Amino acid sequence: MRPVLDVRELTKVYGRGDTEVRALDGVTLSVDAGEYVAVMGSSGSGKSTLMNILGCLDVPTTGRYLLNGVDVRELSDEQLALARNRLIGFVFQSFNLIPRTSAVANVELPLAYSGMKAAERHRRAMSALDLVGLADRAEHEPNQLSGGQQQRVAVARALVTEPALLLADEPTGNLDSHATEEVLAVLDDLNATGRTIVLITHEEEVGARADRLVKLFDGRISSDAPQRPTGRHAAVVAR
Amino acid sequence: MNFAEIVRFALRGIGTNKLRSALTMLGILIGVAAVILLVAVGNGSAQAVASRIEALGTNTLTVMSTSRGDGGLTVRVADALDDPMLAPDVKSVSPVVSTSATLTYEGAEHEVASFVGTTATWFAAANFPVASGAAFTADDEAQARRVLVIGQTVAEEMFSGVDPVGRQVTVGGALFTIAGVLGEKSATGFGDANDTVVAPISAVRQVLAGYGPLSSILVEADDAAKVDTVQSQIATVLNQRVPAGSDGSATYRIQNASQLLETQTETADTFTTLLGAVAAISLLVGGIGITNIMLVTVTERTREIGIRKALGAPRRVILTQFLIEATLLSVIGGGLGVAAAMIGSRFSIVGVQPVIVPSSVVLALGVSVVIGLFFGGLPAARAARLRPIDAFRYE
Repeated sequence: MRPVLDVRELTKVYGRGDTEVRALDGVTLSVDAGEYVAVMGSSGSGKSTLMNILGCLDVPTTGRYLLNGVDVRELSDEQLALARNRLIGFVFQSFNLIPRTSAVANVELPLAYSGMKAAERHRRAMSALDLVGLADRAEHEPNQLSGGQQQRVAVARALVTEPALLLADEPTGNLDSHATEEVLAVLDDLNATGRTIVLITHEEEVGARADRLVKLFDGRISSDAPQRPTGRHAAVVAR
Repeated sequence: MNFAEIVRFALRGIGTNKLRSALTMLGILIGVAAVILLVAVGNGSAQAVASRIEALGTNTLTVMSTSRGDGGLTVRVADALDDPMLAPDVKSVSPVVSTSATLTYEGAEHEVASFVGTTATWFAAANFPVASGAAFTADDEAQARRVLVIGQTVAEEMFSGVDPVGRQVTVGGALFTIAGVLGEKSATGFGDANDTVVAPISAVRQVLAGYGPLSSILVEADDAAKVDTVQSQIATVLNQRVPAGSDGSATYRIQNASQLLETQTETADTFTTLLGAVAAISLLVGGIGITNIMLVTVTERTREIGIRKALGAPRRVILTQFLIEATLLSVIGGGLGVAAAMIGSRFSIVGVQPVIVPSSVVLALGVSVVIGLFFGGLPAARAARLRPIDAFRYE
């Protein structure tokens, strides 16, 4: 089976000369469909840089990145926008909802950019919000929602286009333990329905939820091993 | 992503910060309205001046003496101008002696700004008809009868509530009988035209002015088209009759109402240009306001642009959204400015009824839209080009 995500010898260098920083120093990683991968590492290990490249938000200095078998370096600006829209769902640490815009409008946004009709868009956005348990908060604006709720709206926005890959960059970094549990439960459910998830975290208990743990150290992968997920909520454990 | 959708995004963008959007529009509104209105005021005052000068009569010429002291224009010169051979297109010639005098009636005194001694032809030539009573006649003039025709201002000052016709007033120690009251005349910009008294020239010279030279000679042409012909005809006569000055130059000047009109129009045009320039500066300031707001808006929303790009918004859509926002701000502001100017032009401003110049509307609106497009588009284009990750980092 073709991997959803396949990076080879990825490097990313910031600055030049004396101030040169190698944020990524030869990362090779492949993720198959349906996997739940956690990338862990201390701050400065290059995990956010890796995530930005995987999300097509940034470009690597050298190395290849195949997304669904397509080399992203060969894509034009327009095609990259399309790839971000159709193939990737991104969840950010700081939620990144559009301010003063209702939850449902936020979730509809990627669908709007893909050119979907308003009625169909609304229906799908509502079902995505329902999936994260926020259908009753659809008309609330971000500042009327709690942190956990905002992040669940962001998750709904990331999965509404049914992307091949869900990328989560420290999705629980700004949340308390209760909200963390809410968001992680949503991710567990999504993985259970076959979504591919790559999650970045520096919290052990969050990383423990994944099927596979990748550890980054100084821009290199220091370990990459499958693991028995722990701490998933009851419904999934019962499966 | 269709266009209507992008317009909706843009409208939402404007709506999220209503106060700022409103203030930006206000800047453009004031700029556009000021340009249109001030140009309209300039234009209106030019038209008002033109119509006043036309009311003076465009078929008349005024001959004035340029030499000080004696000589120059005399009654004999005036008589010579009424010559069917040398000046066939002259309709009438009215010699004028101007002086100032104080009228006294039953203890009430009134200092008249312009006390005119002339002949009966003057009323038609000066386009100054009599409203009540009668003008004096050629016979009155010949007999030097002491009769007066007074202006509206004089009538109001001295005879409020009383019909002045037939009353006797004292002027310079002599009794004059009021024969009539002149009609109302609009101000010409050289003081109150209604503060005037007209009497037979013979009587005025006898009592007040003496037998010195005339102040001026009012010459009426057969019609307005012949004014230039008449001017050269009377110049010929005057060159023979009026002695030249010591340096050989002519000691008289012929003033022509249409020349006056031209000069006044030129002055008014300069005035309009000046007003327009001042207003254009205010429009420019409004434009800078839009530029400033668009810069702030785009900078402030760079992060939002990054989010939108991360969600798959193409560059084109981002750029279009911000362009539409900027254009809407300037078009709505400009449109309201035009409306404000239209409403404002219905009222008279500092005594002038503004007359809107259509080209100023087009120009002001066009400039505001171009400013919006250009200065709104520039920061938007820069933001749309950013990679999403740079947009996120931008604070």
